[in-house]
Amino acid sequence: MASSVSLSEPIHHVALSLADQLPILQIIIPFITAPLIVFLGVRQLAWPLAFLASVLCVVTSSLLLKQVIDGSEISYQLGGWAPPLGIEYRVDAVNAFVLLLISGIASVVLFWARLGLKAEVPERSHALFYALFLLCLTGLMGVVITGDAFNVFVFLEISSLSTYVLIAQGCHQDKRAFTASYNYLIMGTIGATFFVIGIGFLYMATGTLNMADLADRIALQHDNRTIQAAFAFIVVGMGLKAAIYPLHLWMPNAYTFAPSPVVAFLSGTATKMALYVLLRFMFTVFQPAFLEEVPLIEAIILPFAIVAMFASSISAFAQRDLKRMLAHSSVAQLGYMMLGIGLFSHTGLTATVIHLFNHGITKAALFLGVGCYVFVVGGASYEKLKGLGKTMPWTSAAMVIAGLSLVGVPGTAGFVSKWILVQAAFEQGWWIFAFLIVLSSILAVAYVWRMIEALYLASPAEGAMSQEVPFLMLLPLWALALSTLYFGLFTDITLGAAKAAASGLMSGSSGMF
Amino acid sequence: MVEFFTSDFVLGRLNYWFFIFLMMTGLYIVIARSNLVKKIVGLNIFQTSVFMLYISIGKVSGGTAPIFPIDMNIDPNVVYSNPLPHVLILTAIVVGIATTSLGLALMVRIRESYHTIEEHEIAEQEQEIMRKELGLAKEGEV
Repeated sequence: MASSVSLSEPIHHVALSLADQLPILQIIIPFITAPLIVFLGVRQLAWPLAFLASVLCVVTSSLLLKQVIDGSEISYQLGGWAPPLGIEYRVDAVNAFVLLLISGIASVVLFWARLGLKAEVPERSHALFYALFLLCLTGLMGVVITGDAFNVFVFLEISSLSTYVLIAQGCHQDKRAFTASYNYLIMGTIGATFFVIGIGFLYMATGTLNMADLADRIALQHDNRTIQAAFAFIVVGMGLKAAIYPLHLWMPNAYTFAPSPVVAFLSGTATKMALYVLLRFMFTVFQPAFLEEVPLIEAIILPFAIVAMFASSISAFAQRDLKRMLAHSSVAQLGYMMLGIGLFSHTGLTATVIHLFNHGITKAALFLGVGCYVFVVGGASYEKLKGLGKTMPWTSAAMVIAGLSLVGVPGTAGFVSKWILVQAAFEQGWWIFAFLIVLSSILAVAYVWRMIEALYLASPAEGAMSQEVPFLMLLPLWALALSTLYFGLFTDITLGAAKAAASGLMSGSSGMF
Repeated sequence: MVEFFTSDFVLGRLNYWFFIFLMMTGLYIVIARSNLVKKIVGLNIFQTSVFMLYISIGKVSGGTAPIFPIDMNIDPNVVYSNPLPHVLILTAIVVGIATTSLGLALMVRIRESYHTIEEHEIAEQEQEIMRKELGLAKEGEV
């Protein structure tokens, strides 16, 4: 069936134990459970099955991480067809780490959704909702684990198509969810099609689709116009999916009108996954040497990263709705990650990768908190949030912790990534960027302050009673909020993984996967 | 001028020119039209152009259909076209169908709740909702 190959010392053997099948199990479990939920059609079984599948994914990705944490790689050949002709799944430390992050956030959000989903999606749709959630999870993990360029597109579309439907589920709250989903569908499909055109050009020039093989062959023909055009198409296509400024127009509406658990899941994983693919194509497939030849970094990435940091922070400040504010702030935070890429150094990429993780858990916590407010007061506009700091003390305290992490207050996860980003700017001698990072953080203070002001300084509406969400909903929220504190104080795991990823990326070789 | 159009640059790569023309047409329709159905049609043309690109890649000059004879007596002199891009595009076609049907389904629901499929009319209605929300917020502050 399949064989597992370690690159350092190639040993071919037929997989006999379940442990050798872990890479495919990672994908198969949620992929099979999704239709199972639909065909069983029993509403009571939907949540337990979905949660079980996501927990099993966490288990398999932890086992995978344990196997590759020493720097080895797993190459899994689908159907026993050897790469570069067959499709291959590649797992290394960074890869497994991202898989664990995605399946972990999915489990936390699903745990929250058991009670929290009822407020936003009617119960008759729950079984289909969980099935789509698992399909989305399948797609996200498939994109991360695969080592085949066209396979990336297929998994990308599996996750995107289910995302469009999940966003449209917000229609039970507000009909604008339909148009938000429709616009995302148009933009997302244009992005995905650009990506396929890029892959097609690469195949024309190189005759292969395997990522490691592509990297070898691209290195020989940097000045080939077809390769350069392919690069442009792939960067723009994935930029649309990752909502990089100025390709972010679908994002604020989609995040505002989607159900909160969906946004918590997507903001923590989907845009991060797109950014991960972008990194992998820019640095592992096209190699840093190629990036130095094209005028992408100075001409496009740096200016737009700076504009994103300011323009989106200002528009976040102007919002009157917490959910909308957080959506705009996501675009601004993506600006920091792009700035890390734009600095084009080891430290800069470390900042990008660590911010990818830290911002993922921070935003997931904030959006789950929004979900708690929607559960109790039916909305998240600042008007409705007034005085909730007193009536919902536990939710609000967790929100404040996550909000501080969004600003980058010392002791929180957000501080670690911004600190490294400032270091990277100083390393290059560009103190002006360090100054701009601090300046935009002040804007972040301003927009997070509006949330705290509404929660704590405004008096609650008359007759408001102390009304906290159930403990089982607070638990995942606090787990995420406390993890932002944990990763702010103990940076060994995240910083170590980010540094390993950055050296892999900068050296360009297949070190990243 | 005439030489340019009969040259290898145009006639020799005719299918690529068609690909570029269709791609630009599709993208233009998506951006310029405000009717939601027309946008989906434009998106479809855009995606179909990519199918043409891939199928053109698979062509090997003088190559025949990549099907081996049933008795597997393969003549080494026969040149076959590359079947891989065709297989890839089968997947992309399926993705395209799923996207189109989902887009149309969303459009049906948009029509049910907005009673129109013209983008600018929907935008007007959404601005109206925004104004109401803002108005409510203002009243609350007073």
